[in-house]
Amino acid sequence: MDLKSLYREIVNEHNLHPAHKYNIVDATMVHEGVNPSCGDDINLQLKVDENGIITDGSFMGSGCAVSQASCDMMLDIVIGKTREEAIRYADIFDAMIKGTAKPEEIEELDEAAALEDVSHMPARVKCALLGWRTLKEILIEGKNEGSGSAKHCDIK
Amino acid sequence: MDNKFLKDFPIFQGNDIVYFDNAATTQRPKQVTEAIIDFYEKSNANPMRGLYDWSIKATEAYEEAREVVCEFINAQESAEIVFTRNATESLNLVAYSYGLSNVKEGDEIVISIMEHHSNMLPWQMVCEKNGAKLVYLEPDAEGIITDEEIAAKIGPRTKIVSVGHTSNVLGITNQVKKLAAAAHKVGAVMVADGAQSTPHQKVDVKDLDVDFYAFSGHKLLGPMGIGVLYGKKKLLEEMQPFLYGGEMIDKVTRFDAIYAEVPHKFEAGTVNAAGAVGLKAAIEYVKKVGFDFIAEREESIVKRIMEGMKEIPYVTVYGNSDYKKHSGIITFNIEGCHPHDVADIMNEEHVDIRAGHHCAQPLMEFLGVSNTARASVYFYNTIEEADRFLAAVAKVRGFMGYKD
Repeated sequence: MDLKSLYREIVNEHNLHPAHKYNIVDATMVHEGVNPSCGDDINLQLKVDENGIITDGSFMGSGCAVSQASCDMMLDIVIGKTREEAIRYADIFDAMIKGTAKPEEIEELDEAAALEDVSHMPARVKCALLGWRTLKEILIEGKNEGSGSAKHCDIK
Repeated sequence: MDNKFLKDFPIFQGNDIVYFDNAATTQRPKQVTEAIIDFYEKSNANPMRGLYDWSIKATEAYEEAREVVCEFINAQESAEIVFTRNATESLNLVAYSYGLSNVKEGDEIVISIMEHHSNMLPWQMVCEKNGAKLVYLEPDAEGIITDEEIAAKIGPRTKIVSVGHTSNVLGITNQVKKLAAAAHKVGAVMVADGAQSTPHQKVDVKDLDVDFYAFSGHKLLGPMGIGVLYGKKKLLEEMQPFLYGGEMIDKVTRFDAIYAEVPHKFEAGTVNAAGAVGLKAAIEYVKKVGFDFIAEREESIVKRIMEGMKEIPYVTVYGNSDYKKHSGIITFNIEGCHPHDVADIMNEEHVDIRAGHHCAQPLMEFLGVSNTARASVYFYNTIEEADRFLAAVAKVRGFMGYKD
């Protein structure tokens, strides 16, 4: 599988026209994920209600096409899901990138399954995982630098 | 464009890779790898202390390499040449052994905003530990540190000036001789990071009048893991050791030690004799190629690339507008394309370039970017490769889904 199939329409479309790249003024959880090897940084913003459902999510920051598209596709999946469901998707995505996910699991990832080939591209693994890793840091480790405001993420 | 040197580089045989990441590390001619193998196969023993033939041969090979380096940069004597792992270690040696002992609270250390982190973080450390202030020289829009800037930043409180001879991002060669004169006028010492200059131009430490000069072997056709610190002998003699251990002493008792003469005082532990032998072969190879040829070849390639880049929409090239002031380095961005994507897509075309902050994050901030792509050429590259590079750059936006 070569790079041309990675930069096919799904990744390019999510990179050039991300659906979730904006600030959520009343986000309940905001966390900055950084990939120091390539300078990507993603400011992930989530709105989680009292039932633990992610009612809205967005991201800001700069990064390569793979990290930006991966984050956008991730939000397509996890918005409307519970915290536990979102963590389960993150685990499947991790497994897919490590090459250990089952085909039926990968299917659940919908468009994000387009990144399966990254498992054969060591230089891009961290890019693909950045959004998902940041999501897990919020949902599992409780990292949160700015609930209620998105002060870390002025438009770049 | 023919290149009679290519045949000496085994890594270029049997593939069509355009290797444009020479500022990160160069490739090695077989003369270098053969010299290393020859050392291990014919004269390997622990140098410096053995009394038998192999150890004496190993010591001689190591010290001959020191002589070759001494002559290469025109040092006064070979005792002024300290072998280290790389330029980073050389600069740390100066920071720890000279900086910590000679910089006091309220003093200033002057560096430039275009420093590689290896000539920035050691000075941040000295300033933090000793309460000194770090002052930054900033270049103008053409990447030049002007005389006015030098006069404004180097003053009575300055104790150390440490500047990269050639920038690893902009490719500009700084006025080290002028900076050294300004430093000496106020009683400060001048340190230059020669990692990016020694491979591309004749360096004369006496003419530059630097007190310390650092460079790496691996950016100069040599092996990884061998570097050089040049220091004026008087300063080296006054300094405390950097690392302590074997082979750097004259006498040790239970509670103290008398250290060896320079340069051995700074070469604790078993030395990298094979690395030094490889570096010697590399320097001999560079001298055979000649700096005139190196400059001519690099300039013709950089000229072609800079002219070609002007014809490609959405491309920005950083640094001086004169191709002669790039020392083989072209740093650029393509609008709407992250450098990481650019490098990955160009790899698909078998063109190897660098992407990221190039260990110069404050410079990226100064330039108003978070990262850039960088092509860097050496004398074994060709005009045909420059054209393949340009063709690959022109393809990137289309690859990423832009319809222009």
